[in-house]
Parts: sequence; structure tokens; C-alpha cells
Amino acid sequence: MSITTLADKINDANAKGRTALIPFLPGGYPTKEVFWKEILELDANGADIIEIGMPFSDPVADGPVVEAASMKCLDAGVNLKWIIEGLAEVRPQINAGIVLMGYYNPVLQYGLEKFAKDANAAGVNGLIIADLPFEEGVDFRDLLAENEVALVPLVGLNTEPERMKLYANGGNGFCYFVSVLGTTGDRDSLPEEIKVGLKHAKEIFDIPVALGFGLKHPSQLEQLEGLVDAAVFGSALIRHIDEGKSSAEFMKVWT
Amino acid sequence: MKRGYYGDFGGQFVPELLMPPLLELEEAMGKILKSAEFQQEYTSLLKNFVGRPTALTHCQNLSRELGFNLWLKREDLAHTGAHKINNTVGQALLTKMMGKPKMLAETGAGQHGVATATAAALLDLECDIYMGATDVKRQSHNVRRMELFGAKCIPVHSGTQTLKDAINAALRQWIANQRTTHYCFGTAAGPHPFPLLVREFQSIIGREAKQQFKERTGEMPYMVVACVGGGSNAIGMFHEFVNEKSVKIVGVEAAGTGKPGCTNSAPINLGTPGVLHGMNTLLLQTDDGQILPSHSIAAGLDYPGVGPEHVHLHDTGRAEFGMVNDSQAINAFQMLCQKEGILPALESSHALAWAIENKDIIPKDANVIVNLSGRGDKDMDILDDYLAQHGK
Ligand SMILES: Cc1ncc(COP(=O)(O)O)c(C=O)c1O
Repeated sequence: MSITTLADKINDANAKGRTALIPFLPGGYPTKEVFWKEILELDANGADIIEIGMPFSDPVADGPVVEAASMKCLDAGVNLKWIIEGLAEVRPQINAGIVLMGYYNPVLQYGLEKFAKDANAAGVNGLIIADLPFEEGVDFRDLLAENEVALVPLVGLNTEPERMKLYANGGNGFCYFVSVLGTTGDRDSLPEEIKVGLKHAKEIFDIPVALGFGLKHPSQLEQLEGLVDAAVFGSALIRHIDEGKSSAEFMKVWT
Repeated sequence: MKRGYYGDFGGQFVPELLMPPLLELEEAMGKILKSAEFQQEYTSLLKNFVGRPTALTHCQNLSRELGFNLWLKREDLAHTGAHKINNTVGQALLTKMMGKPKMLAETGAGQHGVATATAAALLDLECDIYMGATDVKRQSHNVRRMELFGAKCIPVHSGTQTLKDAINAALRQWIANQRTTHYCFGTAAGPHPFPLLVREFQSIIGREAKQQFKERTGEMPYMVVACVGGGSNAIGMFHEFVNEKSVKIVGVEAAGTGKPGCTNSAPINLGTPGVLHGMNTLLLQTDDGQILPSHSIAAGLDYPGVGPEHVHLHDTGRAEFGMVNDSQAINAFQMLCQKEGILPALESSHALAWAIENKDIIPKDANVIVNLSGRGDKDMDILDDYLAQHGK
């Protein structure tokens, strides 16, 4: 594994003429018992990268679906140790890249150094921290990079090119472009202005650009040809699983 | 470059999507707050609408009983009955001058919600208030007041359904509506520049108190005391005195029932460092970094975090932070009613109770100013419930 694993995964998919697929599930969802089976199923059915949520009591960047799912996991006793240890066990069977996504405080309490080392040892390729903007995160980014883990930058519709450049300089993994001025949760349509933002991101970042928040169907990407290297979907997948359906079936629509 | 630190505490731990409005706010503060237009308008509103300066009352009866001179800074006499209005009138005016038509805010007990709705009505701004569903039920009277002022009060059903979840909901809404909306944060906490902005508007409390006390006695007080929820009334009282080295500064946190291991609202005394609501501060949390529910009989103190500047004042030893439990606060509440004819908020009763409980370590005849941050009409039901439960 290396710091370029995530970019490589996305580039590989793009080389085959596909948008890379990045499903998201909160760690321990829908239950601790079946969670790793779901991950293996996502991996076997076309996921290029899998995002595992690190549940937090106060998820300010999340909409109601992800929040409720995360709370359920917390109630079941999921913590970072459970996720990292479980991942270390199944990682050899997973082909996709692995990203952990969550909030800063649980990682801080785990210990930044210990986290960087343990995450790397468990086969984590990248980390997304929703509440860690450039100014607060740059030191941690360097610490993670020393451990072959990418701190994935998040930008959005209101991120001016000047701020994108801050993230792009030394940024690694992929650029996560947030499709809406809002929280996670699927939406029927994406805002028009998204094209302008994506174009800036594509120009400014050397790493691939993934679009996330608000995605529920591949048709939403049709108008964004050439601007999106990867697609992240979470709420729509959670909802699908809540209806008792399989992740394999969900992935079919996208592959 | 990191911004907004008080020693190791503070900062801006928010989604990138909130950085532009925070930077915009910081820039607007730099331009607008010092302008003659803002200063004139704000000063006039404080005087003619809020009713400032608020009185500084020397409590003759209690002073005799306690053995030191007890003074109260009477924020209970400000419009809407608490210090919260100093901040909301300032932020509403700033919102107006930033050209935004709308404010949103969180509220716990509803005091900040009412004060925000009040300022919004006065300055013709739209206003949405997020309030935990549990609090909506507990404080229906304040919900009604907000609605009378034309604000929309939106119940928050996520998480623990209290203040911390109302802040999460307000932050989410601000992400979505930042172009038209200012987030009128209710206390000296949250991401930079809110701790600074709220201190700016609340420090009138300490400035007035210092001047009034000097006019009356020609001296500096021995000590100033204030209750600490998020920390706005306290920093408002303390700021003017931080550089007056002879003045002791005491913040008072809520210890809940006070039993060992009980749910409390005392992160400086009982919490650990961590990040919540955009700031690095002291928090009530588990070893895994999950935020714990807080408790206090005073709804306005019921918060698992605290403003970063207080943590710094504690770290550097400039201020001392004590704790007062529910029953001590109730005792102080009743005492002030009976001896002085003043009905304090349960929050403010914590500050008063600290002075009462510590009367033996306060020198005889020393002058102690307690910030009476609000009036207690809102707390009558809670008082009655407490007394009924404790068989009094
Ligand atoms: C009367 C009164 N005092 C104190 C507080 C606590 O807030 P802060 O610590 O920001 O002053 C509140 C909060 O609602 C309040 O209503």
C-alpha cells in the first residue's frame, strides 16, 4: 500500500472507461454481526474504494439518514478500536481501497499518532475528517502521510480557487467535492453551479476528483461527463439496506 | 494559519463549507464593529431598548449575614430578563449591516432564543430558532414568546434532543443558508470568531460594573464571580478585570446533583480536552470521544462544553473555577428572594451560591461582585418541581 493507492484505484477505473465507485457505510451498520459481510459484498460487486464511517455523537456534516445510522452503531458499542481491529482481520480479502470517514474528536481521543500507525497497519488508505479544515488539519495530514495514509481534502460549491489551492498543495488521496451546500443525504437533483466548482477542482488538483453528498442514482452524473472521476454514495445505500435489500443489488445499478 | 486560539484552546474545527461564512464574519467584524455608524446605533439600542446601564446593587441584608460586601450586577433588569440581549442586539445589527435578511440561532432553555427573536423583531430580520425537542417541552413558555415575536421555533429531534443537538442543527442549517443568513451564536463558544464576537458584545457588563463600583467606592472589587454555561455572561464580566491583577476572578460551573459520578455541566472541573462545535476545549465525553449528556437544574448551564477562553483563564491560573450543585443553587435562589427581594435565574443562583458557600474564605468586608445574569421568573416551575420532589 502507498499514499497513492486511492488515486491509483480511481485512475484504474477511469482507464476502463468507468467512474470509480465509492460506497459509504457507517462502521457496524446495519449490525456489528453482518457489517464486514456487507463490506466484502460491496468489494465483490464493483466498489473501487469503500468508505467506512466512524460514528460520532455529534455529526454536524451529516443529514438525518447517516446520523440515525451512526447513532444505531454507537448504541451497539461500535468504536474506533472495533473498526480498526475488524478491518485488520478482513483487509486481505478486500481488493478495494479503504477510507475511514468521521469527525475529529474520536480520532483525537484515540491519539493522533497511534491512529496513524494503527490505521496504516490495518490497511487503511485514507481518512476523511468532516470537521477539520485546512488550517487545523495540515499537521495531521503530514503525520498521516508519513504513515502512508492520505488525508482526503473536502471542498465544495463555496470553496474559492484560492482555498482549493491550499488543499491541493501537498494534498493526497483524492479530492472529495461536496455536491451541495448542505449535509449528507440523497437529493433528486444537483445544483447547476456544480459544474463551475468541479471544473475548478479538476484544474487545481493533481489527484482525482470524487463527487459526494446527495447522490442516489447514476443518471445524476450524466450531465457531468469528464468532470467527475469517482462517485460517493451513502444515504441511498443505507436506505436500500434498511429496506432489507442487498448491497450487491444496489451496486448493480451503478456498475 | 490557525485562528482564534486562547493558549491551546479555541480554533475553527468546522466543515470546509463553513469556512467561507466564518471568514466573511471575521472580516465584517473588522470593518463594521468599529465604524461610527455601528457604534452609535448599538450604544443607542443598549441605552434605549435594552435599558443599560443595568444597576449595581449592594445587598445590605445579605452582606451583614455573610460578613462580606455582596454586590450584584443586575443583568436581570435588562430587556427580556437576562444578559443574552446584549449579544443578540449586537449580532442583529451586524447582520443588518452585512446585508443579510435572516438570523438563525440555537437555544437551550430558550433565553437566547427569546433574545434573538426580540432583536430580530426590532430590526426586521427573519428568524429561525433551533431548540431540542426535550427543551421545547420543558420551556413551552419561551417557545410561545419567540413565536409572538415572529420567529419560527424548530424542534430538533436528533441526538439527546437538547442544546448540543440544537447547535448541531443550527450549524447544518447555516451550511445550507450561509449566503442569506447570519448564525447568531448564543454564547462565548463555538468556532472562531464567535467567542471573540460574543465577548465583544458582553464585555459591557464588566465595563459598567467596574465604573459603577469605582464611582460608589473609589476602589476595585476584591472579587468578581459569574456562572459559566458556555461562558458569555462570565467572559462579559471578567474581560474588563483580567488585567486588573488585584481582582480575583471566579467562574462557577454546575455540578448537577453533586453526587460522585452524577451527570453534571462542569467540563472545566470534570471534563477532558477535546473538539466539539468547532472548538478545542474541555468536554464531558467518553474515552472514545463521544460527547456525554450534561445536566443541571439550570437549563442555561446544561451544556457539555465551555468557551475556550475560560479554559485558558483556568490553565494560566488567572481565574478559578468552582462548582455548585443543584441544592446549593436552590438555597441561594431562595435566600436572595427572601433577604433582598430579588428573584434570580437558577443559572445566576449558581454564582451567588458559590459566594455563599465560600463565605469563610472571603475576607471580612471584602467587596464581591456577583453577576446576576438573569431573572428567575422562567424557573418557577422547575423550582416547584424540585421542592415537591425533595419534600419541601
Ligand atoms: C440567565 C442566564 N445566565 C447564564 C446563562 C448561561 O450562559 P452563558 O454561560 O453563556 O452566560 C444563561 C443561558 O441561557 C442564562 O439564561
